[in-house]
Amino acid sequence: MNYLNNFNIDSIKVIDKSEYPTKGQKKNKVTENIDDLFKELNIKDGSVLSFHHHLRNGDHVTNLILKQVQKLGIKDITLVASSLFPTNKELIPLLKDGTIKNVVASYISGELAEAISHGELKGNIIMQSHGGRARSIANGELKIDVAFIASPSSDDKGNISGVNGINSCGSMGYAIADSMMSEKVVAVTDSLVEYPNYPTDITEDYVDHILLVDSIGLKSGIVSGTTQVTKDPIGLKIAKDTLKVMEASGLLKEGFSYQSGAGGISLAVTSFLRDYMLENDLKGGFASGGITGYLTDMLEEGLFESLYDVQCFDLEAIESLKKNPTHLRMSASQYGNPEVSAVVDNLDIVILGATEIDTDFNVNVMTGSHGMLMGGSGGHQDTAAGSKLSIIVSKLFSSRIPLIKDKVDVITTPGTTVDVLVTERGICVNPLRQDLIKQFNEAKLNVVDIKELKEYSEEIMGKAKPIEKTDRVIGISEYRDGKILDYIYEVK
Amino acid sequence: MYKTLLFMPGNNPGMLVSSDVLGTDAVLIDLEDAVAINEKDAARVLVVEYLKTFKNQTDVFVRINPLDTPFFYDDLDAIIDSEIEGIVLPKASVESMEALDKYLTEKNSDFKIIGLIETSLGLEMAMEILSKSKKVIGVLLGAEDLTLDLGAKRTKESEEIAYARSKIIAISKALQIEAIDTPFTDTDDYEGLKKDSLNAKDLGMTGKALISPRHVDIVNNVFAPSQAEIEYALRVVEGQKEAIQIGLGAFSLDGKMVDAPIIKRALNLLKMSGDYKEEYDELLK
Amino acid sequence: MAVINKMAKAGSVESNDILVMMSPGDGGIDLEIESIVYNQYGDDIKKTILDTLKEENITDVKVIINDKGALDFTIRARVKACIRRGSVQDV
Repeated sequence: MNYLNNFNIDSIKVIDKSEYPTKGQKKNKVTENIDDLFKELNIKDGSVLSFHHHLRNGDHVTNLILKQVQKLGIKDITLVASSLFPTNKELIPLLKDGTIKNVVASYISGELAEAISHGELKGNIIMQSHGGRARSIANGELKIDVAFIASPSSDDKGNISGVNGINSCGSMGYAIADSMMSEKVVAVTDSLVEYPNYPTDITEDYVDHILLVDSIGLKSGIVSGTTQVTKDPIGLKIAKDTLKVMEASGLLKEGFSYQSGAGGISLAVTSFLRDYMLENDLKGGFASGGITGYLTDMLEEGLFESLYDVQCFDLEAIESLKKNPTHLRMSASQYGNPEVSAVVDNLDIVILGATEIDTDFNVNVMTGSHGMLMGGSGGHQDTAAGSKLSIIVSKLFSSRIPLIKDKVDVITTPGTTVDVLVTERGICVNPLRQDLIKQFNEAKLNVVDIKELKEYSEEIMGKAKPIEKTDRVIGISEYRDGKILDYIYEVK
Repeated sequence: MYKTLLFMPGNNPGMLVSSDVLGTDAVLIDLEDAVAINEKDAARVLVVEYLKTFKNQTDVFVRINPLDTPFFYDDLDAIIDSEIEGIVLPKASVESMEALDKYLTEKNSDFKIIGLIETSLGLEMAMEILSKSKKVIGVLLGAEDLTLDLGAKRTKESEEIAYARSKIIAISKALQIEAIDTPFTDTDDYEGLKKDSLNAKDLGMTGKALISPRHVDIVNNVFAPSQAEIEYALRVVEGQKEAIQIGLGAFSLDGKMVDAPIIKRALNLLKMSGDYKEEYDELLK
Repeated sequence: MAVINKMAKAGSVESNDILVMMSPGDGGIDLEIESIVYNQYGDDIKKTILDTLKEENITDVKVIINDKGALDFTIRARVKACIRRGSVQDV
């Protein structure tokens, strides 16, 4: 449209009749031949390929595609996966032979994570939050050549639905930015359905190719994400005290919003919250995040007005997404992108876990007690930053693995965004939140100084020797805005 | 007074460490039923080491093995120097209470005793058994073993132990010791637990033993006096103080005469709620 | 002075516990430790075990440890229980 400002617009020629369009269908998008597809995709050494993790440990697509890349002898791929799971241990040989050079992820666990910790990557690993990932893709910072989207169902034009198909996974929030911003988008599906496929998670206008395969995943692995409410009395005690913290904060009022992680203690908090809401005739606004059957029950009981769902953790959540109009899909960008208006900014309360926390409230959920990668931020950073009250729940004493340290192994979430830590031995409040300290003291909660609690725990457990690392940096822990929070080191 | 007394297995290190954060008034560390026969020695050492290391924030009692087992004196020898509140004596009988009292007296121990009544003979002799030692501060009804002994069917409705409960309660009041109800054994039935606890409280039990940490809050709530009850009791006590000061024999409150039983009930309630003060000791003299 | 004169074990491989196995030694203390927190607490665990053996006058024993994150009091208790099971007292 460069003629908009052209003063001599009559000098521009109209097209000749011979150039008039013909009616007819565009070319077929569907293929079953992965070799043919790859010829068209033009994947080269150094290409950036993306995947989502809605099929979790049941996913077959990531391994299938990357093995094809390996077969073609393509090297130095940057793997942009929203998360990687134990099933991706099949990719370890691809690190060693140089097929995969860099990894960008929001969560990584299993043997692949351990191999990376041991320095098997030729390049680097970048760990992002869910919101940070969406931000870097949406603003063009992270350019993706091809997005392979595992699709529980698609029609022949590429309308993808997460709730249809035998391997249904529900909401597909983590794949949305990839589908919109990647150079090319391939829907990989085992369930080709009649046009139009609806409700649609990703629409045909974003999809270039459809690869039909035998199986995109294993249902049992897809819905294995659900944890049960803990039965451990100490975990339950922590959950009960967390509810008291929420009550004392004054945020538990009509229309409040809430999110919790899927850990056993976090789920117990949700379950106690439900009892509390029923007892006090309290109705919340929205609940958000990864959605479980516990939350869909509360939606159906009228305890929450709506659910914002970025991923479904169980079959109940998938069923609810299908039938409840107030069970809403959200993309990772709408969930937590710091550069746009996001759901996390409207959150009152979030309940989160921690592997380690230091006396400045910095949290590590990325590496375990051996210093090896075994997790990642997910939405941790995003919700801690956005919510009015971020609460970490964790046992202080659990098999002599220290929770509170002078310095955490890798900072995943900065302490300036973490408000409260609830343990079985007391409630620690970030000194930045004097308002909460005052409220909790008035409510006679067992508020203790985090430094004192650390000393007590060291008295009982002894002081842990620091984890032995090499001085080789293998990657970085990125903050949601793209700034570098911390380094990740190779483990001895 | 103990509203809740939670049993904790003596051979489980993880549970011992966290036993004092569960909100229970007393912890009953168990060397008896919760410990397998070939682990008795190890559990004993573990409990002693635990008590040596940790200052448990809650009152701790240890349930030792009964007199008719080879472990009775081994258990006592092991824990006699530990910092605990006292001993729970299982299958309490005249002989075992005498033996325990003799042992503790010889050792100059100030351990208290909770007698566990769980046999037919024990129930019928409870008055005598519990009178055998001045160290007895409470009686605990053990309904599982008792109903087995009685040949009765153990049910959630607990009609089969109505007599035992009432008898234990009467004796406890006569001896001015605490009456502790038998545990509710279905760990997942919270409604049943609440009903059972209310029933026990209404009959006159002052607290309840528990086998599940998840039962603590519910039972605490049942046995805790309400705010209105506490306020009324405090008014009764203050009224009586004033009456004594001005030399009145009796006084009235809200248009009702306040007599000794009402004062006594108020004092008991304040003991239960933790609002009791030593100066109240004078009020009934 | 106690002597370990037969194989014995105490404790368990439940979390927060420790399994201690002892057998007669070859003239000294032979200690083998496996622990889920070896990197952080290996030295502490070793010291607690050796201190307890010394306290109990055990100088000749082979000890194999499988630790599941036991605290010191548990380590001491299991070592002591194992000694009692594996020894006869010299009178």
